Amino acid sequence: MKFLPVTLSLLEGFGISCIIFFFTLVFSLPLGLIISFGSMSRFAPLRWLTRTFVWVIRGTPLMLQLMVVYYGPGLIFGVAAFPKLTAVLIAFIINYAAYFSEIYRSGIEGVPRGQYEAGQVLGMTKSQIFFRVTLMQVIKRIVPPMANEIITLVKDTSLARVIAVMEIIMVAGTFTAKGLIWPLFYAGVFYLAFCGILTLLFNYVERKLSYFRV
Amino acid sequence: MPVLEVKGLKKRFGPTAVLKGIDFSLEQGEALAIIGSSGSGKTTLLRCLNFLELADDGIISVNGEVIYRGGAGSKFSDAEIRKKRLHFGLVFQNFNLFPQYTALKNVTLAGEMLAKERPDFRTRRKEILAEIEEGARALLDQVGLSDKLDFYPHQLSGGQQQRVAIARALALKPDILCFDEPTSALDPELTGEVLKVIRSLAEKNTTMVIVTHEMQFARDVSDKVLFMDDGFVVESGTPEQIFDNPREKRTRQFLERYNGN
Repeated sequence: MKFLPVTLSLLEGFGISCIIFFFTLVFSLPLGLIISFGSMSRFAPLRWLTRTFVWVIRGTPLMLQLMVVYYGPGLIFGVAAFPKLTAVLIAFIINYAAYFSEIYRSGIEGVPRGQYEAGQVLGMTKSQIFFRVTLMQVIKRIVPPMANEIITLVKDTSLARVIAVMEIIMVAGTFTAKGLIWPLFYAGVFYLAFCGILTLLFNYVERKLSYFRV
Repeated sequence: MPVLEVKGLKKRFGPTAVLKGIDFSLEQGEALAIIGSSGSGKTTLLRCLNFLELADDGIISVNGEVIYRGGAGSKFSDAEIRKKRLHFGLVFQNFNLFPQYTALKNVTLAGEMLAKERPDFRTRRKEILAEIEEGARALLDQVGLSDKLDFYPHQLSGGQQQRVAIARALALKPDILCFDEPTSALDPELTGEVLKVIRSLAEKNTTMVIVTHEMQFARDVSDKVLFMDDGFVVESGTPEQIFDNPREKRTRQFLERYNGN
């Protein structure tokens, strides 16, 4: 039985998957918010530029973007490529920021104008209205679509293998090449467990926010 | 001296002139009902008084002090407008309660924010917040909701939500309380409880501007009625003058349509 060595190798690969997952989230969540402000800007050129950017990023495969980020610098500019993991993170962060920006935008635009106006006539400042009135409503609105997107991210991390980053599926594949099928299923269990935990977490957050309705 | 004086108020949205020069005044303790068909500019007038829209032209004075002068060159900072609009309170057609806060918190929230600007807030924090809460409890009691303090808006009926909204507007002690069709979003059986609260405010001589489609209510509760049509004040006077002896043809036509139903 090679159960233990397979487990250790898969864990190593899963560690890479987790690194991609966490760093992508940490950077794309705030970046997405900035992009969403751009796409809602009253300054039309900025708005159109941002929306075009979001269209391109959402309209092309992440795998393609990944390859462009990794091979682009060398083939286009003749400079050194990013380290593999860095290239993966750059592509993932930009891609997910674009998706998150649309979620933020729908959440922010979904707050009825009357909520802002009620705050205004009560003499609140813009920042008071944002933090004390609309923010919670935006959060409540965006949790379900965010949960979807974040669970998709867990599985998208496997795309990193196209530039030979040894994430968990690539590791499992090395065993399959040697004639073992079960490490593939075993890799699937890691994803299932991770997504299961995330699902529980998001359910908890949704339940915490269920005391009010928007 | 009138509490509120409006002179030559004009507002246009793009090519459409919505207010074409509105004049009226209101004495302390008076209730003014504004009637007129949809699109006549009633709501825009209220929104201009509350600075949700900025009038293009005209003057708004409160207690003899000019607080707004429209026209070229007058620009106001957010902070100035914020201070000026505290002369007015506004009760919206759709209540616009904050869904994530209880009835009590809806009433106290703005007061708490404003209290932070007081110089003695740091030293007397607890006392001040207790006073604000005490006031909010009294107001919710006044609108008949002392048993709903901890309810969230979605747990309340429309009529109850609107009564919370009235308490919320009263909490900042505005000089003039404005109502924008306060019962239009309510089921008929719920309008009564809201009208009753407004009526009791009128009995306590609260200065009010009420935009309404409830003619009987306008007649009962107001000291003065203003009929608007196409961005103008067509006719104004006591409820008896307007409802029993309207001078203008347009007023008569409007009232006939209402009485016909």
